[in-house]
Amino acid sequence: MTSQSYVRTEMVAAQKPPGVQTGIVLWMREKLFSSWLNAALTLVAVYAVYSILATVGPWFYRSVWTGSSLTECRATLAATYGEGVSGACFAVIRERWQQILFGFYPRELYWRPTLTLVLMLVALWPVLFSSAPRGVLWFSAAFPAVAFWLLWGGTVWLPVMILLGFAVGYLAYRLISPLNGLLGAIAAILAPIFWWLFLCGPAAELVQSVISIELRQLKSADFGGFLLSTVIGISGIVFSLPIGVLLALGRQSDLLIVRTVCVAFIEGFRGVPLITLLFVASLLLNYFLPPGTEFDVILRVIIMVTLFSAAYMAEVIRGGLAALPRGQYEAADALGLDYWKAQRLIIMPQALKITIPGIVGQFIGLFKDTTLVSFISLQDPLQLVSSIRANTQWNGVYWEPFLFVGFLFFIFCFSMSRYSMYLENKLKTDHR
Amino acid sequence: MVETAKRAKMEISDEVAIDITQMNKWYGTFHVLRDINMRVQRGERIVICGPSGSGKSTLIRCINRLEEHQQGKIMVDGTELTSDLKNIDKVRSEVGMVFQHFNLFPHLTILENLTLAPIWVRKTPKKEAEEVAMHFLGKVKIPEQAHKFPGQLSGGQQQRVAIARSLCMKPRIMLFDEPTSALDPEMIKEVLDTMIQLAEEGMTMICVTHEMGFAQAVANRVIFMDQGQIVEQNEPKEFFNNPKSERTKLFLSQILGH
Ligand SMILES: Nc1ncnc2c1ncn2[C@@H]1O[C@H](COP(=O)(O)OP(=O)(O)O)[C@@H](O)[C@H]1O
Ligand SMILES: [Mg+2]
Repeated sequence: MTSQSYVRTEMVAAQKPPGVQTGIVLWMREKLFSSWLNAALTLVAVYAVYSILATVGPWFYRSVWTGSSLTECRATLAATYGEGVSGACFAVIRERWQQILFGFYPRELYWRPTLTLVLMLVALWPVLFSSAPRGVLWFSAAFPAVAFWLLWGGTVWLPVMILLGFAVGYLAYRLISPLNGLLGAIAAILAPIFWWLFLCGPAAELVQSVISIELRQLKSADFGGFLLSTVIGISGIVFSLPIGVLLALGRQSDLLIVRTVCVAFIEGFRGVPLITLLFVASLLLNYFLPPGTEFDVILRVIIMVTLFSAAYMAEVIRGGLAALPRGQYEAADALGLDYWKAQRLIIMPQALKITIPGIVGQFIGLFKDTTLVSFISLQDPLQLVSSIRANTQWNGVYWEPFLFVGFLFFIFCFSMSRYSMYLENKLKTDHR
Repeated sequence: MVETAKRAKMEISDEVAIDITQMNKWYGTFHVLRDINMRVQRGERIVICGPSGSGKSTLIRCINRLEEHQQGKIMVDGTELTSDLKNIDKVRSEVGMVFQHFNLFPHLTILENLTLAPIWVRKTPKKEAEEVAMHFLGKVKIPEQAHKFPGQLSGGQQQRVAIARSLCMKPRIMLFDEPTSALDPEMIKEVLDTMIQLAEEGMTMICVTHEMGFAQAVANRVIFMDQGQIVEQNEPKEFFNNPKSERTKLFLSQILGH
């Protein structure tokens, strides 16, 4: 009989795993040719990549960057590489890139959108990176008004008065809320609206007549190209997130009226194609407004795009809210946090964190959807490309300007996507 | 566990902390709490036990209005719980609660979990709130974890953090809803020790728990619930050695038996 008792006398030190191979051959065997099917797929893929590169590569390589028309481009190509050889004619971009970027914005005023872009990066800095000095956030808050003034021009006092509307709301709240909390909240919403609708304009004119500071005024028709896309896209992004958050909360509210309004809003805007909303913005809205009101078309489009995107945003965020365990709400309640504090400090940070991919996906979609404004005859980049191609000099040029526009959009959307991954990583605290 | 000397120190005053009279609650048509009458004096340590689904959680959740009762009256520290939000806020800031699943805020560090309510509800300056938080973390014996996130802690540690989080609001009453049932056996003791320590300091406590050792050691009263009603209550010795009702006997044989 063998004894079942056993005592280890010597501990075994850690050893290298047996037969580990490294190197390119092993890598290829594991990643590319691990089975017959995989090997076949690898070969097919390699062939596909090769044929694309074999066509596009030389086309890029033989690019022509100078010339003022397609004919000139072709002549240069023929002179360098021989008759009938195809090559990219990037001369069109060299000649027209400003138009694709700025539309018909006056050339001597290009510094204004450029400065706006630089200021926007400054304004975004503290929002995107927590390492930035917090004081800059005040500039970020004021930036929309600054950008509006720089881009459209006119008197500086209008944006100042618009910003003052927030102060008016705050003042109304401070004055009335000691009497009655709910009344204070209502006043905080109504007072600024009243200010913006009736007092803002005259007040700005009044101050302007005393202290005149103004930039040359531009019309929305002067806007176009990537500038137009960015103005609409970024405004939509900036405003749709907070509205989306409020809608998502409203949809979960216990108050029947609030909930019904939010549901109707969300379903209404989601049930209609964006294009329809844009037509409403460009054509119908004028009928509803009092005659004589000059309501900027870009502003109207921004409002529509924002509301449209906010409706989707609300649903994305609702998904995040639903994913939170009830215990989080209960813990917040038990600690005595009121509804808004619980939302702001406990619920929203977590819900937004879960939904970062969805939110950024919505941002990217919105940004690309801005090209739809060409249907209401605004000059988005694609529309401009069409008119460049319609030009006799460049008639027949096809890929080059579209590639350029695609490249610009790609940079923008790709950065958003990378940033969202960075943010997700940074906020990862669950350590699962 | 706790010697009689210590136990004698856990004084019970005449002051009423919680007074529940003829309270009834329904979930839809389901009558979950029936004719609850319960008076808790300041300094009392009460253990509530009973079969699953008997309404124990619902009862203590009514005390800080996580659940609403439909009939009867609940007074906490002289404040009646009605739909008046001011009263609710007042009661919630007096009453701490510890949950079965800890419910720490996973996106905040331990220290931030502890200072959040003092800063935002009590308006304590941040520095002072952090000092208080560190004091209580020391008390539950995990000050070195202050800058970690909840997900990095063991269950027992998380529950002790949750207790510390409640204590940071300086509550006069603490509610515990099965604080050890989600824990691995080797972690139960560290949480119970923390609770015993709290009891020795004279905290008014209501604990839903099946830890009968804890009940015998610190409770001055055990309440047995079944089908939404208080079936029997007594001081622990009598309750365990000499239960009166058949239901209690059956329940005790089930959890103490084997
Ligand atoms: N939100 C709710 N809606 C409907 N029924 C509930 C709800 N919460 C609990 N219940 C029911 O109420 C009864 C008591 O629940 P609970 O107080 O959690 O019991 P215990 O904590 O004693 O196990 C159970 O039958 C449970 O199914
Ligand atoms: Mg329970």
